[in-house]
Amino acid sequence: MTPASRNGNSVRIGVGAGMADDRIAPGVQLLQTSELDYLVCECLAERTIAREQLNRRRAPDGGYTPMLEERVRAFAPLCRDKGVRLVSNMGAANPLGAAKAARRVAAEVGVQDLRCAAVTGDDVTELLRSHPELRLLEAGAPLETLLPRMASANAYLGADVVRDALATGAEFVLTGRVADPSLFLGVAMFHHGWSYDDLPMLAAGTMTGHLLECSVQVTGGYFADPGRKDVPRLAELAYPFADVGRDGSIVIGKPAGSGGRLDRMTCTEQALYEIHDPARYITPDCVLDITGLAFEELGPDQVRVRGQRASARTDTLKVVVGYTDGWIGSGEVAYAGINAIGRARLAADVVKERFRLDGGKADEIQVDLIGMTALHGDTGRAQDRPEPYEVRLRVAARCPDRKSADLIGDHVRQLNMQGPYAAGGPVNLGAREVIAVDAVLIPRSWVKPQVVVLGGDQ
Amino acid sequence: MTSTRVHDLAHARSGDKGNTSNVAVIAYDDAGWQRIRQHLTAERVMAAYAHLAQGPVTRYEVPNLRALNFVIEKALAGGVTRSLRLDPHGKTLSAIVLGIELPDD
Repeated sequence: MTPASRNGNSVRIGVGAGMADDRIAPGVQLLQTSELDYLVCECLAERTIAREQLNRRRAPDGGYTPMLEERVRAFAPLCRDKGVRLVSNMGAANPLGAAKAARRVAAEVGVQDLRCAAVTGDDVTELLRSHPELRLLEAGAPLETLLPRMASANAYLGADVVRDALATGAEFVLTGRVADPSLFLGVAMFHHGWSYDDLPMLAAGTMTGHLLECSVQVTGGYFADPGRKDVPRLAELAYPFADVGRDGSIVIGKPAGSGGRLDRMTCTEQALYEIHDPARYITPDCVLDITGLAFEELGPDQVRVRGQRASARTDTLKVVVGYTDGWIGSGEVAYAGINAIGRARLAADVVKERFRLDGGKADEIQVDLIGMTALHGDTGRAQDRPEPYEVRLRVAARCPDRKSADLIGDHVRQLNMQGPYAAGGPVNLGAREVIAVDAVLIPRSWVKPQVVVLGGDQ
Repeated sequence: MTSTRVHDLAHARSGDKGNTSNVAVIAYDDAGWQRIRQHLTAERVMAAYAHLAQGPVTRYEVPNLRALNFVIEKALAGGVTRSLRLDPHGKTLSAIVLGIELPDD
């Protein structure tokens, strides 16, 4: 593959992670082999930031992605050696704490005085407390209804904060909530000097980001269907990179001869991933239209992307609101052989009855026969589901308190003495506090992002 | 009348956003595209998911990619953090659409 980067007209952006606990080795492989200009690590799922807010309350220095230190240890020496700049939302609920941790860990592996920018201002929790009238997009109710239980509120910032943070000369940029594709568009905007008036360029950078944000999902991850859609060397999937031209041209690539596949099929699946109306994919930077999208296979590891369009960004920013919403408890036990399904159903009934007799409180109890009804539900048509030889019963309950959530699993655990015959391997999977999420829209002007630079020549 | 499963004509991927699942169905070739475009209606998809999702289902077409995108509302038992389901993201939901049987033209 022709290295397109560093010729002045193109920038090469690689992927170092597509989720908080993604693999590290493929990122190292990319840094070693692929002449990157930037490495982007997308590490914030919709729910993650609320969980990290709670962690930060317990430990004020924490609240950033748990794998940050391991990633910095692996990536910082290579980034420094090769002049690759890293952009990531690993800051989660504490970007400044993340930047401090990154500098400390980098120094431990010989990268002295890492110049690290933290982007803050996405946290609008306090601001929202004075706007109970805002309407929740999913619930349709006013925000007021969940204000007492609100754990976090973070606005999806756009590419401009990444652009501005890179303009400080930082080697690492660590943010909290920034929309996934914006991490990539921000790099391209900075590198190529694009503005918010350049709609075709916004489309190109956003399209690139959407294709790359889930790391290996564009190189054969989440794709294989043996005999139908085979993926060579699935265990060695490589992370992708993109060459984004100053003119908005896009080529997606992966290291020559690496594992996985990158072609029209993998790109098409990823293009539509988590998209609703393909003509109106709303990001903080633009409204993307992929109805004219086209992929052209240039070679075994190279796909050209064309046909994306964009219209101007909206006046509002989306805010994800996290709130505590009771507890979930669960337990599992296995049955096998003749009448396994009948015994499992009887066991479920007895667990529900004992839970009630012991004073357990639940708003909802779900019974799953794993291997029978758990993933695709019970269609109620026996002919759809021949009985499996063995089945694992799972009982899960939504409870208002921790005690009840523990209790449901206890009853499943006790089935090996108190249930139908041959109840094997029972476990109480324990209780977890639920952080639910909803969203509101707020005017852009309410959000005041800031960039704080640590280290370097400050 | 013979029938064909969607799995014979197309591949699929599901994604989650809040309590909504989107299932993209992508035909392998032009003939498959014509078949799914004609027969894989929003109504057929809603029927296949009715025991799991309240709906409604909206169908979008991306002819250039030979793809249909189905947006299935109230499909994830309250969304990834609230759901009591074993697969709260609905990652396995793409497999349901591939099992739908389509009539011949």
